[in-house]
Amino acid sequence: MTVPAEHMLVLAAILFAIGAAGFFLRRNVIVVLMCIELMLNAANLSLLAASRMHTLEAGVTAPSLEGPLFAIFVIVIAAVEAAVGLALVIALYRNRQSVNLEDVAELKD
Amino acid sequence: MLLQVPPAHVPAGIQESAAFDWMWWIPFLPLVASAVCGLLHFMTLRQRAAKNPRPVDTHGHDDHGHSGHGHDDHGAAAHAVHDDAHGHADDGHAKVAPGIGALAPWVAALSMLAAFGLAIHGWMTLGHLEASARFLRSSAWDWISAGSLSITIAMHLDPLSSVMSLVVTGIGSLIFIYAAGYMSGDKGYAKFFAYMSLFAFSMLMLVMSSSLLGLFIGWEGVGLCSYLLIGFWYEKGWPAEAGQKAFIMNRIGDACFLLGTFLLVRVFGSLDMSAIAAGVPGKLVDGLATPELFWAGLLLFGGACGKSAQIPLFTWLPDAMAGPTPVSALIHAATMVTAGVYLVVRLNPLFAASPDLLAIMGVVAALTAFVAGSTALVQRDIKKVLAYSTVSQLGYMFLGLSTGAWAAAIFHLVTHAFFKALLFLGAGSVIHGMHEEQDMHKMGGLKKYMPRTFITFLCGAAALSGLPLMSGFFSKDEILGHAFAHGGLYRALWGVGIITAAMTAYYTWRMVALTFFGTERFDTHKVHPHESPAVMTLPLMVLAFLSLVGGLLGLPPVTGATHILEKWLEPVTRTGTEILARHGEHELGHDAEWVLLGLGAAVALYFAHLGFKNYKVGKQLDESITVGTPRTAAFLADAWTIDTKYTRWIVQPIKLIAFVIAVVVDQFAIDGLVNGVAALARDIGQRWRRMSDGQIATYGLWMGAFTALIAILLMWKS
Repeated sequence: MTVPAEHMLVLAAILFAIGAAGFFLRRNVIVVLMCIELMLNAANLSLLAASRMHTLEAGVTAPSLEGPLFAIFVIVIAAVEAAVGLALVIALYRNRQSVNLEDVAELKD
Repeated sequence: MLLQVPPAHVPAGIQESAAFDWMWWIPFLPLVASAVCGLLHFMTLRQRAAKNPRPVDTHGHDDHGHSGHGHDDHGAAAHAVHDDAHGHADDGHAKVAPGIGALAPWVAALSMLAAFGLAIHGWMTLGHLEASARFLRSSAWDWISAGSLSITIAMHLDPLSSVMSLVVTGIGSLIFIYAAGYMSGDKGYAKFFAYMSLFAFSMLMLVMSSSLLGLFIGWEGVGLCSYLLIGFWYEKGWPAEAGQKAFIMNRIGDACFLLGTFLLVRVFGSLDMSAIAAGVPGKLVDGLATPELFWAGLLLFGGACGKSAQIPLFTWLPDAMAGPTPVSALIHAATMVTAGVYLVVRLNPLFAASPDLLAIMGVVAALTAFVAGSTALVQRDIKKVLAYSTVSQLGYMFLGLSTGAWAAAIFHLVTHAFFKALLFLGAGSVIHGMHEEQDMHKMGGLKKYMPRTFITFLCGAAALSGLPLMSGFFSKDEILGHAFAHGGLYRALWGVGIITAAMTAYYTWRMVALTFFGTERFDTHKVHPHESPAVMTLPLMVLAFLSLVGGLLGLPPVTGATHILEKWLEPVTRTGTEILARHGEHELGHDAEWVLLGLGAAVALYFAHLGFKNYKVGKQLDESITVGTPRTAAFLADAWTIDTKYTRWIVQPIKLIAFVIAVVVDQFAIDGLVNGVAALARDIGQRWRRMSDGQIATYGLWMGAFTALIAILLMWKS
């Protein structure tokens, strides 16, 4: 049994919405970073779904690798981003004893 | 000379050869001297600064405190200026050791003498040639080459430029020698000679350039040097303003000059003056000038009016007397102001071809001669008398030109250069001896204090007033004779001319009587008039000799003698004279000529006597005896209030417009626009900075919102 591509897209949309909501509403840097991961993975999922839809529509039996390829790139970038982001969070905590984004608004004005 | 490129256009009949390269040294010797003198001035200043660490001109600052404004009408109020001058006189002549600058007069005078030698060499070279072959040229390079127009930088030597270069370098040398004494002790000693040499260079470029463009370079150069030298004692304030006035009024004329030049390029496709002069006959319709030629001539005459101080642009010349006296002698009497006369003679066919233009010139000239002559009658400042006299005599020259008497005008130019330079230098000697006093009412009885100045001044006065057999007598009567012979309108102009001659004789001898005769009207305990040193009186004697015998250059043909100058200039003036001859010959009978000569002599003698007699006792009989009422005298003293009217009707409105433009257009509109744009940007920035509140969520919201917007737009479009 195969999962229909439409279901994958709906799941990706739900994941993205949860990630976006967390990104906008939460103030904890770590949670915000996690939400970004969530959105990236939503994007990955939609890429895979699109890849499958494309394969089926074209009527070719061999699965297209373009979508998974993009997804792999995004995962790599996301890993790097998470590493840098967490390093920043640690540096931030050392300086401010806080990981609240409202305390970090130096670029204001 | 520098690049031996064969010049593109050398008009026919002109010898062009590298063998004439020495011509370039005539103007360039003074240029080199100017650079050297400038360097000497610089070294002097360094020397002085090393000796005296404090600022050298500590006393200079108090002087200009009150002079920054309010002197707009100083040309009109001659007497007020004079008092002002007196108040500052000591500062202007604070004695300063010249230091190494003492070399400057040597450099300048020797280079001028060398240039004079070369000018004589040029004159003799021309003399050895056939009359028709006396056109030599030394080209340097093609300066501008655009389409069919080609302008070559070249020196041109023909009988006319030879005469002019002799006058400029000869009289220039004498005045340089004189100035070595007159300017001694001035803190700008070397600078003065640098400017004077630069002037000599410009003037020689003016008279020796082959093209109108080269002439214009000299024309502007002399204007610049005139400005620099009028304002030489700029710390007094009003000389600087007089310099500006001269410069600006000359610009009006120069604008006309340039427009006339453009028209000539349009008509002839060339700026070579020989080519233009030779080309005029081919452009005539029925022997008359086309409207284009008429306008070109009129505009060039406008330029000449500026430089040669004719109505309506003459008011700068009396003010130019603010400069040191040698400057007045060289620039504002002998050479620069005659540039307009030179220009007209140089392009004589152009002017000869339109009788209307000549008539305009004649009326302007006669009017100028009369107005300036009558103004000179009542001036108290000795230099102002000479200044108005110069304007008046320039009017005579243009009157001569308007009758086609080219040679007579140049003759008067030459004799006037002799005697007016003499009179100015003599006046300078008097001013020097009287400790910077210029008011003739405060002089008197000077003949026993300064005998050499007195005798030479008498020679100059005799020549200026046209006493029989003096140089001025012959040149003036030749011009008047030509005017009389022309008949019609010119007969009336002759009448004005003879009245002016009477006034000339009168004011000249009034000046002599007030200055040298009568009782001393100064405090003999405080002021001790003294004769000037030999370095100043020697040039006076040379000039006095020239003033006496200068008439030999142009004896009237009726006496059986040859008119040397007319014969000499004939190759240059022939074309213009031929064009004029088509409109009819104007010859005077021998009897009429004798009568005119006699009349001129009688008028000069009678009015010279009258002027002398009225004033030999002193000043108490002043204006009322000359012109009737004090009211008329005041009117005349103010030069017919022309300058006052200029101030009121032209200068003030222009200042008002300038004020309106400064306040309304510049400060309100332009500044408002600029500041408004800045304020708008700042205001927008003030509002929009709230967007960046430092919260990542807000930035993310903006990013997401606009990404979504773009996505929606893309979907909607497709």
